[in-house]
Amino acid sequence: MTANGPVAPGWETVVGLEVHCELLTATKLFCSCPNAFGSEPNTNVCPVCLGLPGSLPVLNARAVEFAMRIGTALGSSIEPSVFHRKNYFYPDMPKDYQISQYDAPINVGGHIELADGSLVGIVRAHIEEDTGKTTHVGGGGRIHDADYSLVDYNRAGVPLVEIVSAPDIRGAEQARGYVNELRAILIATGTSDGRMEEGSLRVDANISVRRRGDAEYGTRCEVKNLNSLRSLGRAIEYEAARQIALLEAGGRVVQETRHWNEEEGRTSSLRSKEEAFDYRYFTEPDLVPLAPAAAQIAAVAAELGPLPAARRHRLAEIVARDGGPAPVEQLATVVVLGLDDLVFGAAACGADPRLALARAANEAANRVDAARGLDPASFAELVKLEAAGSLTATQSKSVLVAMLDGGGEPAAIATRLGFEALDATELEAAIDATIAAHPAEWERYLAGDAKVAQFLLGDVMRVTKGRANGKAVAASFAARRS
Amino acid sequence: MSAWAYPAGAVETARAVRAGELRAREVVAAALGRIGRFEGALHCFLTVTADAALTAADAVDAVVAAGGDPGPLAGVPIALKDNLCTRGIPTTAGSHILENWVPPYDATVVKAVAAAGAVAVGKTNLDEFAMGSSTENSAYGPTRNPWDPTRVPGGSSGGSAAAVAAGLVPLALGSDTGGSVRQPASLCGVVGVKPTYGLVSRYGLIAFASSLDQIGPFAATVADAAALLDVIAGHDPADSTSLDVALEPVSRQLGRGVAGLRVGLISDFLVDASPSCVAAVREAAAVLAGAGATVEEVAVPALMLGLSAYYLVAPAEASSNLARYDGVRYGLRVDGPDVTQMNGRSRSAGFGPEVKRRIMLGTYVLSAGYYDAYYGQAQRVRTLVARGFAEAYERFDVLIGPTSPTVAFEIGAKTQDPLAMYLSDLYTIPTNLAGHPAVSVPFALSEGLPVGVQVLAPALGEGPMFRAAAVVEAGADAAARGPIEPHAAGAVR
Repeated sequence: MTANGPVAPGWETVVGLEVHCELLTATKLFCSCPNAFGSEPNTNVCPVCLGLPGSLPVLNARAVEFAMRIGTALGSSIEPSVFHRKNYFYPDMPKDYQISQYDAPINVGGHIELADGSLVGIVRAHIEEDTGKTTHVGGGGRIHDADYSLVDYNRAGVPLVEIVSAPDIRGAEQARGYVNELRAILIATGTSDGRMEEGSLRVDANISVRRRGDAEYGTRCEVKNLNSLRSLGRAIEYEAARQIALLEAGGRVVQETRHWNEEEGRTSSLRSKEEAFDYRYFTEPDLVPLAPAAAQIAAVAAELGPLPAARRHRLAEIVARDGGPAPVEQLATVVVLGLDDLVFGAAACGADPRLALARAANEAANRVDAARGLDPASFAELVKLEAAGSLTATQSKSVLVAMLDGGGEPAAIATRLGFEALDATELEAAIDATIAAHPAEWERYLAGDAKVAQFLLGDVMRVTKGRANGKAVAASFAARRS
Repeated sequence: MSAWAYPAGAVETARAVRAGELRAREVVAAALGRIGRFEGALHCFLTVTADAALTAADAVDAVVAAGGDPGPLAGVPIALKDNLCTRGIPTTAGSHILENWVPPYDATVVKAVAAAGAVAVGKTNLDEFAMGSSTENSAYGPTRNPWDPTRVPGGSSGGSAAAVAAGLVPLALGSDTGGSVRQPASLCGVVGVKPTYGLVSRYGLIAFASSLDQIGPFAATVADAAALLDVIAGHDPADSTSLDVALEPVSRQLGRGVAGLRVGLISDFLVDASPSCVAAVREAAAVLAGAGATVEEVAVPALMLGLSAYYLVAPAEASSNLARYDGVRYGLRVDGPDVTQMNGRSRSAGFGPEVKRRIMLGTYVLSAGYYDAYYGQAQRVRTLVARGFAEAYERFDVLIGPTSPTVAFEIGAKTQDPLAMYLSDLYTIPTNLAGHPAVSVPFALSEGLPVGVQVLAPALGEGPMFRAAAVVEAGADAAARGPIEPHAAGAVR
């Protein structure tokens, strides 16, 4: 089984994702209450977001601009749109309807390019308001067996954009890649902080399976409560396997909404198609239609910086000039973390782009905030020292940590840490010592046993306490053999 | 004989207060005194805010004493329909479900009238959530018509209409979704205005049907109604459907007459109206013609489709607007074993039968599989009504017709027959569907009961509408107009 392939031979998993993204506006979608996470319950509320009788919504222009940014980044067509009411009863929804967009969303169509190069279509990305948050106390923590429930309306009315993908995703790994890419785009556009753990980004998955080669999609199930990329991947794999087992046993998949239980690692039925809410959508009479002017659409597009895929391509181009392959994961990492400018800066100062990328993706990435403040010229200097063999990889990483801790020039830090490279005499003396200590292994090396070279190299490193340059040691070994 | 202690009306009262000839406290105290005398017999009010009113009156007097200007309605007592939110004052919408609810904020119109110096004296009775044409659907008992206490005042703004008719207050605010200001104005012998949709902010008006609701003034005279409309009209950023237009104050239009005004008499409205209502309209047409207007009968058959479309659109919106009364956050809560049952029990206990009927109707017409046949079709009919009006307004500046098909009917006469009750709004509903303005002007008496004439105009046609209304008023039977002494009504008849 390949990571993205069928869960069982002959089967294909088909996934479409609905991602709810909270926008980073200062205020809520329809009132001037702060849009803030983590405040005391029910402090960021007013008559409008509490849905008090007589209150009316007024659309936040900034939220519309953010939605347009997202649409532009997704390659959507930005259309005149209309707000609808989605009617259903739920205690955390103050009006017992949600103001959303239905058959005339603001962003229509588009696609995103994942880090692995695959494309996933976008159906729509529309504006809607968030609900409050309910905590069920007692029972199983679910609404129906709770002793009582507490509702916090701070989140009610927070602006959301719901991004609906086409059913173009073919498995758990691609689904995670899609969410990662979408998150990178949202962060790059400045519209979201992309934090899944705080609920800024929430994912529902529509999952179906079909026999390979079938033109028709299978019956899908919508899976909710996916709170992390790990949950998303596990749920897709579980659900696909469940559906395949059902179909192979001669049964059929019932269209329904299912709940992912992270502890049990399985999905369970939440409500069937027959029990599905009839949302009774109709045009929201308290709001007027939205028709962004062409000039506004153009202004949003003009202000949008380069997007992750374009930045990856740009970076891949300079890295691959050495003829080697594009390191896909490293490229994705530095772009997501916004460290690509650091790599570009180092390359501009003459550092090897591939090595700079590796250090940025692997070491600097652990300390993102500090890494963003790194002087590209100093970073370039470090990369050059390592490339020239003046620092070993291990030493280079230690110097980088020190640079991230307190700044400073890499050469000075290396000196302070005692990372002066061994001179040729010291190096040869160390190699002599290793050969003297392990004559049998050295004989095997001379006889052509390549595997033992690693052992000998390790011993030289041990003797020199890591100060030896691996490449120089290997070169000396080879010279002594010839 | 005029029943109101200050017979010159709101505008003159305000002038006298501003000039220091009359103290606001005296005016307000007189209004409270009259309310005290007649409230028991009429039940116009759900809440009377005597102390707050006297305090507000003193503040007006203090401004005058300090040489300031308390505003164009200085010291004028005003009654507010109890679906207008008032900060710190219970606001029930005539429903048990909001029995103990106290809004933390004022409706925009409530702020506007206070800023103009008017003094709110209380909250008036209404059909529950403004759903009704007789005020009998109030959870707190019916209001009686000052002209005949065995009859309804009309509705849903019956408390406001009756309060003005009985001279308890010179001004009142109501809301008009399908005729809820104009029809009770007609039945109570006062002026009632439904402004252009969006001219007056709906912020703080407890919603019935959002695309139709509009707040409007009641007064004894066209001039007083105009003065109140001028105070409440205007753009409000808190209401997205509020119009951002500069309309010339209607008060300034009143003296301009109707010479050359093209008036269409809607013939479709004469078919089912009672003979006295038809006669009043024809007589009003003659008055307008006599004043220099050209009057012609015009058939606008599309208007007759309005009622059926209205009873799909309005309940649909209501079913959604009233969903929030679920027992969770405010208002009545009846506990249950789980939240769903708590919702259901609270709503079952809190809503009256007419509200429940409309919620069920509205829920049904929006349901999957029925939407196109009902709600979608109703929206298409709504477009036809607007088109019918548009064609008529190519030839006419204003239209006239009866406000209501009948004079005030007996309490209880239609409560068992909702469809008969719905027909009370046959001639007022098309205006709401089109978002247009209209005004009801008391014109004649029929067997001791007032008959109103309706003047309709296209969107933002308040100017010509008020000019025509002023002329109709000048040609009306003065005995058909409030305020009257409620206990003397029988004698008048």
